[in-house]
Amino acid sequence: MEEKVKRTELLQVKNLKKYFKTPKGMLHAVDDVSFSLHEGETLGVVGESGCGKSTMGRAILRLHEPTSGEVIFKGENILKFDKKRMKKLREEMQIIFQDPYASLNPRMTVSETIIDPLIIQGKYKKSDKEGLQKKVREIMDLVGLSQKLINTYPHELDGGRRQRIGIGRALALNPKFIVCDEPVSALDVSIQAQVLNLMQDLQEELGLTYMFITHDLSVVRHISDNIAVMYLGQIVEKAPAKLLFKNPLHPYTHALLSAIPVPDPDYKMKRILLQGELTSPINPAPGCRFAKRCIHATPECSQQEYSLKEVEPGHFVACSRFNEIKN
Amino acid sequence: MAELLEVRDLFIRYETVDGVVEAVNGISLKLDKSSTLGLVGETGAGKTTLAKGIMRLVPNPPGKITKGEIIFNGKDILKLSEADMRKVRGKEISMIFQDPMTSLNPVMTVGEQIAEVISIHEKVSSKGAMEKAKEMLEMVGIPAERAEEYPHQFSGGMKQRVIIAIALACNPSLLIADEPTTALDVTIQAQVLDMMKKLKDKLNTSMILITHDLGVVTQTCDYVAIMYAGEIVEYGSLRDVFKNPQHPYTNGLFGSIPSLAEDVDRLKPIKGLMPDPTNLPKGCKFNPRCEYAEEICRCQSPETTEVKGIHVVKCFKAQGLV
Repeated sequence: MEEKVKRTELLQVKNLKKYFKTPKGMLHAVDDVSFSLHEGETLGVVGESGCGKSTMGRAILRLHEPTSGEVIFKGENILKFDKKRMKKLREEMQIIFQDPYASLNPRMTVSETIIDPLIIQGKYKKSDKEGLQKKVREIMDLVGLSQKLINTYPHELDGGRRQRIGIGRALALNPKFIVCDEPVSALDVSIQAQVLNLMQDLQEELGLTYMFITHDLSVVRHISDNIAVMYLGQIVEKAPAKLLFKNPLHPYTHALLSAIPVPDPDYKMKRILLQGELTSPINPAPGCRFAKRCIHATPECSQQEYSLKEVEPGHFVACSRFNEIKN
Repeated sequence: MAELLEVRDLFIRYETVDGVVEAVNGISLKLDKSSTLGLVGETGAGKTTLAKGIMRLVPNPPGKITKGEIIFNGKDILKLSEADMRKVRGKEISMIFQDPMTSLNPVMTVGEQIAEVISIHEKVSSKGAMEKAKEMLEMVGIPAERAEEYPHQFSGGMKQRVIIAIALACNPSLLIADEPTTALDVTIQAQVLDMMKKLKDKLNTSMILITHDLGVVTQTCDYVAIMYAGEIVEYGSLRDVFKNPQHPYTNGLFGSIPSLAEDVDRLKPIKGLMPDPTNLPKGCKFNPRCEYAEEICRCQSPETTEVKGIHVVKCFKAQGLV
């Protein structure tokens, strides 16, 4: 891990915001998020449904046009890129989607799905059947899909294999950076483990950088170097994976970690049951967004804004009272 | 403890155009009063079919219970007429379905939906049923005045609470919960599990909890049955199965979940895929994926044998034959 820290910075996100206009008001899906990612690193992003983690992933790739902020990839702010440059850049930034049942075109075979990005980006000519075939077989090998499946349709395959196609399609253009949006959530545990191992192998082999979005905390601890915890559009805590689990500082992180069911009968849990559910991100009230559900909240918490502060090397938290809470 | 439910040698088949799906293959299990059994397995293991079998809700056609007995409170419910079975469903055995988003009626208020089951099974006026429905709502932690609202006005966790209220409205002696928290976030899951546990203890209900999440099982269950390809491959108390797993599939499941305590570089998944249920392998159904499989596993199906006390396993390796 220490070796990874020294690597060059690949992606830097500065004050990224994505608001959606709704009839009820402005929905603050991603609200002032900043972080950076180094080459070959995995940043895990965790949070509950509706916290904006997927929107953040998509906004970074400009699949949702960000409202404001900067996304600096290899030293350049890609939000300033025109259409043509952006298309070229997509070679290097890819995404793996959550639902392998919905993210593949049911009328395209495995090979057509993998070929598509190669042709769109002009890497191969459509007439170059031989070259394409070779490339497809190479990718299928890479993601562990048997060659005999080359002409099958998604409906003929199970979830694990479909997700391998999704991974293969993302890798076809040799990207540097991949947003993985809940890539294993729809899979059974034994298949999930197979896909996670594959993703780790590929990362080592190809030097990929992942942003791994998930709600599964044990998966995120396993695969990430650093973890960012999101709550209502904001990052409330960010730390190296092991450290976050050992020494969570934000009350929300505490509650989240204590809610994980651990498969060990001897494990004694100290549950912090959160009252209520995620509040609405539409025109959120000022101050700490977690204050309403926080057992440690004081009136001041709803008055001032909080931003991430580094409290120990690599460990950032957006809470003013974490020191008192700890004791 | 008194026995509430016993399933004996149950077989359920679906006859489809692609062949006969052997969903449940000779399952036997027992459940005592006020205890909780966790039914664990992956997609296609036959967990939900087994639950539907106990409720007699297997759609026919194509599904059919071909063999076996389900003894509930001393009676074989497979022999009941449909009219008598209706009196059991919702009253004595009730079920919570997996997806809270789709198992409520969108055009009925939640109060009406809870009152419906009460007025079917109990001799009460419609006003009385609504009163009771509101009590149930309060019990699952939803203010009674929300009884007049429609499902879309509730969040996922709240909808699941409403479904739990419907299931428990007539104070059933057996509750079958099919992946009740899979669609929920962890913090909401923790709330719902906590509440289910409290209600179960309060109302003295027995429960069969179907899940693929071993963590959820640890928190809620007394006994665990591991299912694979329509069979129970291992059964025992929570501690038996979690501390001393015998079947290679059970071990594989544990190896597939990332641990929160230990650091491993790579997970140890079970290789291969679930077998095609229309074409199950000969012998032990797990043999094509099992790292210990030998000749005997490929031709003979292992018997269920005792490990210690109630802990049983269906594997030649555990029997010392491989």
